[in-house]
Amino acid sequence: MEQFTSTWAPLLYLVAGILFILALRGLSSPATSRKGNRNGMIGMAIAVGTTLVLFWQSLDPVTWGILAAGVFVGGGIGAVTARKIPMTDMPQLVAAFHSLVGLAAVLVAAAALYAPASFDIGTVGSLNTASLIELALGSAIGALTFTGSIIAFAKLNGNMSGAPIMLPARHLLNIAIAGGIIAMLVVLVMSGGSATWAFWGLTVLALVLGVTLIIPIGGADMPVVVSMLNSYSGWAAAALGFTLGNFALIITGALVGSSGAILSYIMCKGMNRSFISVILGGFGGDDAAAAAGGQDDRPFKRGSAEDAAFIMKNASKVIIVPGYGMAVAQAQHALKEMCDKLKEEGVDVKYAIHPVAGRMPGHMNVLLAEAQVPYDEVFELEDINSDFRNSEVAFVIGANDVTNPSAKTDKTSPIYGMPVLDVENAGTVLFIKRSMGSGYAGIQNELFFRDNTMMLLADAKKMVEDIVKAL
Amino acid sequence: MSKALLTTLLASTLALPAFAAEASATSPTVFLAAIFAMACFVGYYVVWSVTPALHTPLMAVTNAISSVIIVGAIVAAAASGALSGGWIAKGLGGIAVALASVNIFGGFLVTQRMLAMYKKKGD
Repeated sequence: MEQFTSTWAPLLYLVAGILFILALRGLSSPATSRKGNRNGMIGMAIAVGTTLVLFWQSLDPVTWGILAAGVFVGGGIGAVTARKIPMTDMPQLVAAFHSLVGLAAVLVAAAALYAPASFDIGTVGSLNTASLIELALGSAIGALTFTGSIIAFAKLNGNMSGAPIMLPARHLLNIAIAGGIIAMLVVLVMSGGSATWAFWGLTVLALVLGVTLIIPIGGADMPVVVSMLNSYSGWAAAALGFTLGNFALIITGALVGSSGAILSYIMCKGMNRSFISVILGGFGGDDAAAAAGGQDDRPFKRGSAEDAAFIMKNASKVIIVPGYGMAVAQAQHALKEMCDKLKEEGVDVKYAIHPVAGRMPGHMNVLLAEAQVPYDEVFELEDINSDFRNSEVAFVIGANDVTNPSAKTDKTSPIYGMPVLDVENAGTVLFIKRSMGSGYAGIQNELFFRDNTMMLLADAKKMVEDIVKAL
Repeated sequence: MSKALLTTLLASTLALPAFAAEASATSPTVFLAAIFAMACFVGYYVVWSVTPALHTPLMAVTNAISSVIIVGAIVAAAASGALSGGWIAKGLGGIAVALASVNIFGGFLVTQRMLAMYKKKGD
């Protein structure tokens, strides 16, 4: 068949792959990022166009109908969702998108198994061994990504409790399932592809594995999970890229796979967890569930919106520390308004972002950008941590564990060793919190009881709006 | 661009088909594996250079580009109904095209929407 020996097509796929690299390269700064995204779109158009031209002769009216319907329905859903989705729901959306890539990989792998001649990888019942391994791996990783992402979506979206669900002997169970997948893969390869039951068997086992791997992971550890699934969706795409012998797919798979892996690594470092324990799953429950810290009766200072307004107005430097609570309360717009007022009073305002603040990498940055906070006022932990001692006020809104000084001092603390923001070095720490309860890790925050801390107990959005009024 | 450079480029482009054919004659899988390995390294360096402020758009755009799996879905949908398993492939391919389209449109557009929000002071 002519389409499998063409030379211009692989070259165009290569170009598409390079454009995808440039799309990610553009993200090195917000200024170049928009151009990068356009490169990505062009790359996708080239990849799709090349495929259509390559298979032009096979495209009968029925096929055109199928393709048009798919693009119309899918594209429509995608475009509307992209336009409507609130920025605070971005983690769920990304998880949902991962699940679709996973499922698409399973379907393409199955199609290649049932109609190998169309993919030039052999004939029914006698496929190339390498292709069989590739498509089986693609399907297994895709299936795992699919169900894993659905669980992550349900946890992030609140359809499912964020609490870890602990299965008995889950590590053994997961190893057994993984063993089953490998066994089925061997059977499939030995049969030359005629044992379709083995293909579906390994796919179903991988679907189960996706569930058992993700349900023991707590809601607050979702940044790692989402990044990890991002990585898996990439590896699934890469595996099928081998089956299809397609450069664009292989390059993209490698890019996405490494991107997700690097993000998981950054998230793990931000939480002081090991990469291996994440890959194995089942973390975030053991310590956290056990240490549901009791209420502490020590005295603390409680302030009002007026107090907070007064303190900040008279400060020369204020650092804002946002966390997941800000996203939950949708307080980012009110916060921006407050900071604008402070700037009018001549106060220097900056934002400090902890790597694991929120539910996905970069979550806080997007919300602040949505509220039109200029990105050059927003700083990463290592760039701003030494600045707290020169600031009169640290304003903590919806963050907790990422400011806990016991991560630096208390060796028995479950979060010991985690990098934290040194907010206690500021003159006054203003802490917005709904109640005096502990953070997700179930650890009491020493900071609440310090002399230079003032607790503002209220809903984050309401408190910030009250401060704006008082300014 | 200098004339010498252009000539070299042209010559190497013309030589590429022969090179590809030769490589696939030895082992296509190894050839693809080489591309894969290089792309992993490129990915490693490119992703580390992404500013942490853009990590959420990074995830959204990687979602969008990994939907280039649509290429496989189109191949599946283009399977001839006369071949054994052709109609199964057509059906599966059609669904996969729809799923990948959700991601392509959704992923790129939501990334665009997010990136449009990042403004510098005074912009």
